[in-house]
Amino acid sequence: MFQGYLPMILDGLRVTLSIAFVSLCIATVFGMLGASAKLSSSPVLRHTAGAYTTVIRALPDLLLMLIVFYGGQILLNRFTQAQGLGYIDIDAFAAGTVTLGFVFGAYLTETFRGAMLAIPRGQMEAGHAMGLSRLQVMRDIVIPQMVRHAIPGFTNNWLVLLKATALISIIGLDDMVHRASLASAATREPFTFYALIGLIYLAVTTVSIVTLGALNRRMSRGIRAEAAR
Amino acid sequence: MINWSLVVEMLPAFFSGLQMTLVLLVTSALAGLVLAVPLAVARSAHSRLARWPVFGFTYVIRGTPLLVQLFIIYYGLPQFGLIRNSTLWPLLRDPWFCAWLAFTLNTTAYTTEIFAGAIRTTPSGEIEAARAMGLSRAQVFRDVFWPGAWRRALPQYGNEVVQLMHATALASTVTIVEILRVGRDVYTNYLVLPESFGMAAVFYLALTVTITLIFRALERHFLRHLDPRSSATTVAAQQTGIQNVRA
Repeated sequence: MFQGYLPMILDGLRVTLSIAFVSLCIATVFGMLGASAKLSSSPVLRHTAGAYTTVIRALPDLLLMLIVFYGGQILLNRFTQAQGLGYIDIDAFAAGTVTLGFVFGAYLTETFRGAMLAIPRGQMEAGHAMGLSRLQVMRDIVIPQMVRHAIPGFTNNWLVLLKATALISIIGLDDMVHRASLASAATREPFTFYALIGLIYLAVTTVSIVTLGALNRRMSRGIRAEAAR
Repeated sequence: MINWSLVVEMLPAFFSGLQMTLVLLVTSALAGLVLAVPLAVARSAHSRLARWPVFGFTYVIRGTPLLVQLFIIYYGLPQFGLIRNSTLWPLLRDPWFCAWLAFTLNTTAYTTEIFAGAIRTTPSGEIEAARAMGLSRAQVFRDVFWPGAWRRALPQYGNEVVQLMHATALASTVTIVEILRVGRDVYTNYLVLPESFGMAAVFYLALTVTITLIFRALERHFLRHLDPRSSATTVAAQQTGIQNVRA
């Protein structure tokens, strides 16, 4: 039915999933930094983080990807020229994951900020009063509790991120969408292959919803149903 | 550093791109709005026969990338001779119609879920009180039920329109010359960043700000009965609105 192209498509799924996972890790780092900056007492940090989330969320993902991809290449070329080095091509995988991570970091910043705000201030103050360092308060008091509040928003961002990886084929990464377009061109059966990858995305989405839903229930055990939402 | 004469030279192209983006946005948003109202009512009905097909539709649309949906419609459908020989073919071979169709289906699914959520949170007492006052079912729907649901859905719907505007950038992948396509063409021809993608970003930023301001005015109009100091409900609605975004 797929004229032998199924293994190639499934290998594309592997690429898509690794892009999504790596981007998610990068986005989590940007999100934590952004959320901490937004809640910090320094106005400079607050405004930088504010500008980051506002501008990123006001622009289409695809445009941001093109800007980071081509802009990054231009900056790298200037740098290597100044250093007298040769031309270096940006690795599409690195460019794609950093871009997606940077973009979704802005969305996760809002999720994490909300989750941090859900923790009563008194707990952090108590931690400081007990002589814990800022890092210890963050690691031992804030993060363990904010995970529960962050899961619903995190789930949504993961689902959106997963779908956004499809755009990465446009900047030349060999993901599932790109494989499908190759198979379509070779077999002249575009519907078959685009519908196939559509079903694969749907399956991954479903698995994600079920898994993260179970995780959410697990993290919220011991909390009354109406409070756990 | 910025080549201003190139910026000025390309301005007309960007403005015609803006026009294309706006036409796509307005036509698909309006069509989606009209379709989403009955679908949201069905989605939150008691009957499974009404609820499940709508849920299936929104689940499939929300669970797959818009780019793939667009490719299925534009590149995929012509695979079938039945479609190439049908009366719809002149429409389905037109990239603009395909993009419009994909965006409309997409926004319909997201808007349906937003409205269905607003419908589910209707206080049952409101409906009971209206029925007790002797209002007919149609009157209850038109004068009590729908205005309330619309007000609750408005902040999230504003987010959805911004998301849809961003999504129209994907039309550039099926040969439609909207803002992003103009930016990419300028980049390909001149290999400059600020004058190409930077300009596109300025246009999208302006559009986002405009849409946000329009919805803020709409919220002021429709939610003016609320005490401004108790605007916590609006903030809460906006925060949950983030959960319904597309890529």
